[in-house]
Amino acid sequence: MQPLGPEDGAGRRDPAPSRIEYRLNRLWLTPAVRVAVRLGLPVLAVAGLLALWLGDADRRSDLFDRYLDLRREIEERPEFLVSALAVDGASPEVAQAIREMMPVNLPISSFHLDLDALRAVVADLDAVASAEVRVRPGGILQVRVTERVPAAILQRAGRLDLVDRGGHRVATLTERAARADLPVIAGDGAETAVDEALALAAAAGPVQDRLRGFVRVGERRWDVVFDRDQRILLPEDGAVAALERAVALDLAADLLARDVAVVDLRMAGRPTLRLTADALEEYRQIKGLSTEVSGQ
Amino acid sequence: MTDLYHSQRSMRALRRAALQRGVVAVLDIGSSKIACLVLRFEGPDVGAANAPLAGQSSFRVIGAATTRSRGVRFGEIEAMGETERAIRTAVQGAQKMAGLRVDHVIACFSGARPRSYGLAGEVALGEGPVSERDIARVLAACDLPDFGPGREVLHAQPVNFALDHRSGLGDPRGQIGNRLAVDMHLLTVETAAVEHLLHAVRRCDLDLAGLASSAYAAGLASLVEDEQELGAACIDMGGGATGLSIFLKKHMIYADAVRMGGDHVTADIARGLQVSAATAERIKTFYGGVVATGMDDREMVEIGADTGDWDKDRRKVSRAELIGIMRPRVEEILEEVRARLEAAGFESLPGQQVVLTGGASLIPGLDGLAARILGQQVRLGRPMRVQGLPQAATGAGFAAAVGLALFAAHPQDECWDFEMPAERYPARSLRRAVKWFRENW
Repeated sequence: MQPLGPEDGAGRRDPAPSRIEYRLNRLWLTPAVRVAVRLGLPVLAVAGLLALWLGDADRRSDLFDRYLDLRREIEERPEFLVSALAVDGASPEVAQAIREMMPVNLPISSFHLDLDALRAVVADLDAVASAEVRVRPGGILQVRVTERVPAAILQRAGRLDLVDRGGHRVATLTERAARADLPVIAGDGAETAVDEALALAAAAGPVQDRLRGFVRVGERRWDVVFDRDQRILLPEDGAVAALERAVALDLAADLLARDVAVVDLRMAGRPTLRLTADALEEYRQIKGLSTEVSGQ
Repeated sequence: MTDLYHSQRSMRALRRAALQRGVVAVLDIGSSKIACLVLRFEGPDVGAANAPLAGQSSFRVIGAATTRSRGVRFGEIEAMGETERAIRTAVQGAQKMAGLRVDHVIACFSGARPRSYGLAGEVALGEGPVSERDIARVLAACDLPDFGPGREVLHAQPVNFALDHRSGLGDPRGQIGNRLAVDMHLLTVETAAVEHLLHAVRRCDLDLAGLASSAYAAGLASLVEDEQELGAACIDMGGGATGLSIFLKKHMIYADAVRMGGDHVTADIARGLQVSAATAERIKTFYGGVVATGMDDREMVEIGADTGDWDKDRRKVSRAELIGIMRPRVEEILEEVRARLEAAGFESLPGQQVVLTGGASLIPGLDGLAARILGQQVRLGRPMRVQGLPQAATGAGFAAAVGLALFAAHPQDECWDFEMPAERYPARSLRRAVKWFRENW
């Protein structure tokens, strides 16, 4: 039987690609076109759709509002809430001051806390040497403070300030007797040499009861001031040794109990005494140097 | 010749550009099939002369496609549109396999009545060693034979240089002598066939980067190195034409084509057994042969038909009958080849090796028949193995395609590779004028 349909001959499809098909095929095999279609077209389409959708101002603001809502929702979750403040390592007064100064209103979300700024605020306090601020699990804002230790009393412009060993101000002192254990220092640049002043104070132990304080002179050396306006002028170098010598002299010869205004130890080889006016007169009479007889 | 010289030079430049890009396609336009291979050139030794194994390691076949040829008869394009479609099919298939697009193709064809000429030229040399310019001069000094109108030069290869009394030089550059002579092999083909091919390739949006005779390409692929050196003939038995090329000292010295091939055998079977061409082709490939034995008388071959007549559709012939139809035609082809070889003086070559290749050489028993006609040294040749070639494309039918790939990797020096001295004159005279001006003003 002969086949009925036009299966062979004119009806059969030409296996050869048509000219258009062939050209498109070649175009598709061009690397640049391939990349453009595979990568560029999807990117372009997505970007175009997005731009079209965001072209409407209402939609844009709506999207932004939703974003803000979501953000607020997350921030306000109880897991992130900080509700208490704990201060460690501070004396009650300092702790109170820190609590009052803290520029936050608790409770607050931990997202809104700027711990570095808080730490700076706390560290700005004179009484605080260093501070550490962190949020502890359980919603507690933990402030750990290392306080400055007052080492001396600085007298300046009629005021008494407590200073630590580095010379940094710690607090204001209302009266000297409140911290009778600390030496008083004064003079320009006294706060830069607190350590030396403390060493001098230790060396002046035996004459402690008469000691008034230490005065920094010319920002380079110390005067030791006793009551009755007596002074010991100490040299720049070896001040402690000089003071020890003076104290030993006092213990041996009651130097300070005598009518001496100034003991000048500035030159190690040549200690000098300055007598008060009365004592000088007496001395001259004794020596028979005076031209007039006192009391006559 | 200058017109062709320029077109061949531009093709050479295109080929160089394609090698630079690393991808080139070769297209074997045959009468029974069109094969396209896409080659990728890799490695630093692109086109290097001293690459191992005849250079085929420097490229790799990354795409191969074959399609039935349409519109080609006797190795020439007969129906432009049909051929163009077939080329498109093959190129697209190869591109798909390679995964990239090719822009440059090197094509070969077997028909167009090739004719060989031996040319000789001689020049006196000036001072110093032989330079490239001297070679160009001696090539230009060859007296061109009158090959008639409508023919064009396809290959023009210098095959031998002689310096004074020393002959057989492959490369005389850098040597010293008084007289340089050259022997050149010139192959001309019909212009119309070349133009049709150019047109068809251009219609497929491809640039033709080279053109070769398929007899030459098949010889490159299927002759081994010592056969090429000592002298051998390669007979490329295609569908519509049988090409033959003679090689000596690794140069092609003669090429010709017989306008008969496997399609004629098929046509004989179709007429003799009164079957369609497709059936005849099937019978030929399955049961064909050229040497009948007693066994073949008893082996019956069904030759179907779909006429509806039971007696006609159930016919059988013995295989001996089939061989009886095929053998005279094959003998005729081989006789014709022998006549061409005799005309070329093949007997006087040191080697007498004959290599049969091409699709029609797959007929069983052909080597025995060919040994009777062409001499004792006959073997069946298969193309050289190249990297990446699919198994289906390693048969004898792909000798021309593979040879073309080797040709692309290792182009032979042709006369248009050298600067023609005539071209240098304008530049030189201009330079001389400038020099004169500079000296006198």
